[in-house]
Amino acid sequence: MKDVKETIMKYVFLICACASILAVILICVFLFANGVPAIGKIGIFNFLLGETWKPGNDIYGILPFILGSIYVTAGAIVIGVPIGILTAIFMARFCPDNIYRFVKPAVDLLAGIPSVVYGFFGMVVLVPFVRDFFGRQLGFGGNGSSMFTASVMLGIMILPTIISVGESAIRAVPNSYYEGALALGATHERSVFFTVVPAAKSGIMAGVILGIGRAIGETMAVIMIAGNQPRMPKGIFEGVRTMTSNIVIEMGYATDLHREALIATAVVLFVFILLINLLFSLVKRRGANA
Amino acid sequence: MPEAIQPINAQNMKQRIKSYSNSPGSLILAVLVGLAALITVLTLVFILGYILVKGIPNLSADLFQLEYNSENVSMFPSIINTILMTLLSLVIAGPLGIFAAVYLVEYAKKGNKLVSVVRVTAETLTGIPSIVYGLFGMLFFVTTLKWGYSMLAGAFTLAIMVLPVIMRTTEEALLAVPDMYREASFGLGAGRLRTIFVVILPSAIPGILSGIILSIGRIVGETAALMYTAGTVAELPSSVMSSARTLSLHMYTLASEGLHIDKAYATAVVLLLVVLVINWISGRIARKIKKG
Repeated sequence: MKDVKETIMKYVFLICACASILAVILICVFLFANGVPAIGKIGIFNFLLGETWKPGNDIYGILPFILGSIYVTAGAIVIGVPIGILTAIFMARFCPDNIYRFVKPAVDLLAGIPSVVYGFFGMVVLVPFVRDFFGRQLGFGGNGSSMFTASVMLGIMILPTIISVGESAIRAVPNSYYEGALALGATHERSVFFTVVPAAKSGIMAGVILGIGRAIGETMAVIMIAGNQPRMPKGIFEGVRTMTSNIVIEMGYATDLHREALIATAVVLFVFILLINLLFSLVKRRGANA
Repeated sequence: MPEAIQPINAQNMKQRIKSYSNSPGSLILAVLVGLAALITVLTLVFILGYILVKGIPNLSADLFQLEYNSENVSMFPSIINTILMTLLSLVIAGPLGIFAAVYLVEYAKKGNKLVSVVRVTAETLTGIPSIVYGLFGMLFFVTTLKWGYSMLAGAFTLAIMVLPVIMRTTEEALLAVPDMYREASFGLGAGRLRTIFVVILPSAIPGILSGIILSIGRIVGETAALMYTAGTVAELPSSVMSSARTLSLHMYTLASEGLHIDKAYATAVVLLLVVLVINWISGRIARKIKKG
């Protein structure tokens, strides 16, 4: 009797372990089954490289949104990566204990703030600031909801990811690297930046890639501050629409081919994310082998 | 907190100035690093401060009334919905994630193919953006299973989303239980099941809890995955099959409609308070785990 119970529970545990496999399979099947036919109907080149998105006229080209996602993410990298990596270095190698006690929870809090709160903050603070300062005073034009605004916000949002992954990568470097450099007469900064940080390179890269994944998949914060005009991106102070915001904005009322085209947009986004994940595991594996 | 870095080259102020004047590059690097950390912390302080200062005066008793209508956009129904949604998602994802971790740690043998497949899929799930989860939930739970916009559809979608978090933290917690415990339990004649439920899981509770709390944070803050699964009806649900708007979605609706920005501030304050409490609790648990 006891053996039966043991065996049953073993299989219960096994089935639970398979839940995540099942989830991934279901997600792939449902997304691809609903999205790929639309790509076929529209034509893969018309869909991926088409510059016009006019659901009313049955024209579905998502190049503007693909570019929008890429530009906004690139902007987020330009802003978030240097600050993130430098902060990670600070926390791992420069920070005195009594300051660490405040910086660490601050980074955790940044990671915990919901994206809709970030978006709201962007809407009430960043957008007016960009409109008044960059738009009017510096004469860049635009109404504040722009690629630039979204990049700044996303740059802030990916900070905690880059910082925490980077910090643990830097801490994992054996102390002998640092001590060796010091013994050769290098200053503290020189030892950290030219021996410790290069040794943690792949870990830091992994953090950056995770951050890119987060930026490209972010939806709510971007919708609230990027302007969302469905046209080719025109400039960094002009509005832009990303793949994610395109889905959320139009899904509510889309029907037929329009709806399928939106799901196909999600398929493209999903493929982007899978590629980023692949890159992440490659970088991580290379780091583990080195 | 990680162990302190022991300076093996402790310098006094004079020596430090001298070494910096010999290598101005180092000084620049030191300044840059400090500046970056300062920017990070100030950004957080500014976001928190701005929303709390602007939002707390907007927290009025009206917002906590049971009824939502177009004159009084009460957030109370959304708060209840959020709590219900969190519980429902955890009821689904909790046992699944914990049992899955038990299989990975206690049953699977080394080099088991299944284990590596589970790891890869869990990692994939972690990277999927919430809007993709939302669309999947809409296609599968709402349309194919014909649940409609419902709390249940939302909860299942969120459960898949937090599953990898619970699995990973539980796995780490189980791995941290010393083998001595298992050997002692087997030695006393206990079976595998009894060992797991009476000896191993109880001593892994703090680690499991930290995973659950992380998940609560994600569920409470989630918007995109719920928009087309749980829907946006801002009333108390009559059953798990009725549409229910959570607090984050409520806040998004208020902010994007633009009619009740002051109420959106107040909602943001409530959301931030939840996040602060969650971080405080998880910090305490982490400290407890470290003490052992």
